Amino acid sequence: MTTLQTVFAKAKADGRAALVGYLPAGFPTKDGAIAAATAMVEAGCDVIEIGLPYSDPLMDGPTIQDAVHRALTNGTRIADVLRTVEGVAKTGAATLVMTYWNPIDRYGAERFARDLAAAGGVGTITPDLTPEESGLWRQASAEAGIDTVFLVAPSSTDERIKAVADCCTGFVYAASLMGVTGARESVSSAARGLVERTRVHTDLPVCVGLGVGTGKQAAEVAGYADGVIVGSAFIRRILDAPDEASGLAAVRELGAELAAGVRA
Amino acid sequence: MRQVTSTEGTLLTAADLAGNGVHGDDPDVHGKFGIFGGRYVPEALIPALDEVAAEYERARNDVAFLREFDHLLRTYAGRPTTLTEVPRFGEQAGGARIILKREDLTHTGAHKINNVLGQALLTKRLGKDRVIAETGAGQHGVATATAAALMGLECVIYMGAVDCERQALNVARMKLLGATVVPVHNGSKTLKDAINEAFRDWVTNVDTTHYLFGTIAGPHPFPEIVRDFARIIGVEARRQMLELTGALPDAVCAAVGGGSNAIGIFHAFIEDKDVALHGYEAGGRGLETGEHALTLTAGSVGVLHGSRTYVLQDEEGQTIESHSISAGLDYPGVGPEHAWLKDSGRATYHGVTDAEAMEAFALLARTEGIIPAIESSHALAGALKLGRELGPEATILVNLSGRGDKDMGTAMKYFNL
Repeated sequence: MTTLQTVFAKAKADGRAALVGYLPAGFPTKDGAIAAATAMVEAGCDVIEIGLPYSDPLMDGPTIQDAVHRALTNGTRIADVLRTVEGVAKTGAATLVMTYWNPIDRYGAERFARDLAAAGGVGTITPDLTPEESGLWRQASAEAGIDTVFLVAPSSTDERIKAVADCCTGFVYAASLMGVTGARESVSSAARGLVERTRVHTDLPVCVGLGVGTGKQAAEVAGYADGVIVGSAFIRRILDAPDEASGLAAVRELGAELAAGVRA
Repeated sequence: MRQVTSTEGTLLTAADLAGNGVHGDDPDVHGKFGIFGGRYVPEALIPALDEVAAEYERARNDVAFLREFDHLLRTYAGRPTTLTEVPRFGEQAGGARIILKREDLTHTGAHKINNVLGQALLTKRLGKDRVIAETGAGQHGVATATAAALMGLECVIYMGAVDCERQALNVARMKLLGATVVPVHNGSKTLKDAINEAFRDWVTNVDTTHYLFGTIAGPHPFPEIVRDFARIIGVEARRQMLELTGALPDAVCAAVGGGSNAIGIFHAFIEDKDVALHGYEAGGRGLETGEHALTLTAGSVGVLHGSRTYVLQDEEGQTIESHSISAGLDYPGVGPEHAWLKDSGRATYHGVTDAEAMEAFALLARTEGIIPAIESSHALAGALKLGRELGPEATILVNLSGRGDKDMGTAMKYFNL
């Protein structure tokens, strides 16, 4: 089992879903991102996704766009992303990088996989890399010993779900709704059906992301998924806080609420 | 070969849409032109792209669809557009024989109408009642709003806030045509950011909405569909050149932003190996200043907006903001088929600076009484240089892709008019 699969197996043994938190590297600052992700782990996140800030985040909603823009304005580069991964991995949480494909493509697939593994990262989530184009990345990841995670969506046909799931090694990311990232009033009803359809094609854990932001929603999703992914809601707390210390406190508070949710 | 007959004569065939392997250079099943193209998009959009590709495949082999498209091109867009020889302009181009393909005379004033009418018909076949589009100069937005009005479709246009300002007239036109124009304030506030925002809308509303993509970039099948609908420009021009001069031109010149007008006129000449194909990108303030849109000339291979192609990017894959006096060429990516034509050597790409383009803009106005779009002026500036190289024996066909009415604000400032 990979590190990531072990995390999900352990959560399952505890009779709960895993909590996955997302934060872009470099947000609110380079060091602030490490502090915030560490707070997320301390509050109960089992897995952390570190976002690689990219200039054209076309599947992200306004909250993540805002955070990513600030990270890029801070001068966040791939070396900073890897340093963030290293810092967060030290907490013991399974740490992934979530990134659009072009930065890896440009950096070099083998080089990125190697450097990520060396930093203690356990895998990547690549939301715009389709199964058809993923061969090079899956090979590089396998050689470096890191997991690959791809997304399925409510619109995916069973054939596509199978093709995507076959490319995943850590877990399958089920996008709960048709839309961009960002917290919503309620979790889309499409999520449960998508998880069920995905399970037909894989034994890997299936995690649900997009639109989850409260303990209540986390509890609901934990009822049918192996993991609950929260990003924009954490970022919102940091954006809304008057200073870094109160931002961290707000992150801890939300983390605890979500951690209780996945255990409900 | 099936032909479409209308009362005006015969215009469009399935082969004119490059279908059925007639030209042997359709992309492969994954939308790849060599190593370029493909699909790099969220999985959520794959079913919609598959649906568009499948419906397009049916449409381009459907005589009824071809007939309807043909009818609209003739009776609504004003096709075929004429060729105009411009001898007084040609005197400044080393005496070369310069002939313009007058896409500026189409309805809405630019070649964009060709693609838009085709895709609007496709939207109806898809059973969708809402179209969204990105626009840079506003020409694609105006064309889309026009087709949407014609066919009773809801229309939302995403346009960078900077472009809204420099193309205010087109914003007003779109609104008058019933479209909602959404200014995009993210990133560089230009075309690339408008495309990001349009993708975000599409992934949210894909059940009801067709993304009426305006150039030959983006994920498969857009590069192929947009090319095929723009291809009529070259099909007509090739025939008209033979009628007018008894021969094919020595060279074909076109401006390249995303690349749709260029592929539109190039494509029918690709197999004519003696015809040189020259694309002119926006050199902005000059390569050395870093303020340009020289994607093919100075970019590197990467992925942008769903497609592998040449991109203006830094060493870590972050998109570099482009610059051009012309909003329609101000784009840091380019269609994958141009990337392929560049690497295969079939077409050659060059830069034309803001200043060179504006000089050609004014020259055509003064010598021939035609005010071109600033986008098209890049191709005119290229033809001036090429004519001086090739000399008076040369015949050069230039795609005058649009008219310059929309650019008068820029021209007034630039020339202190």
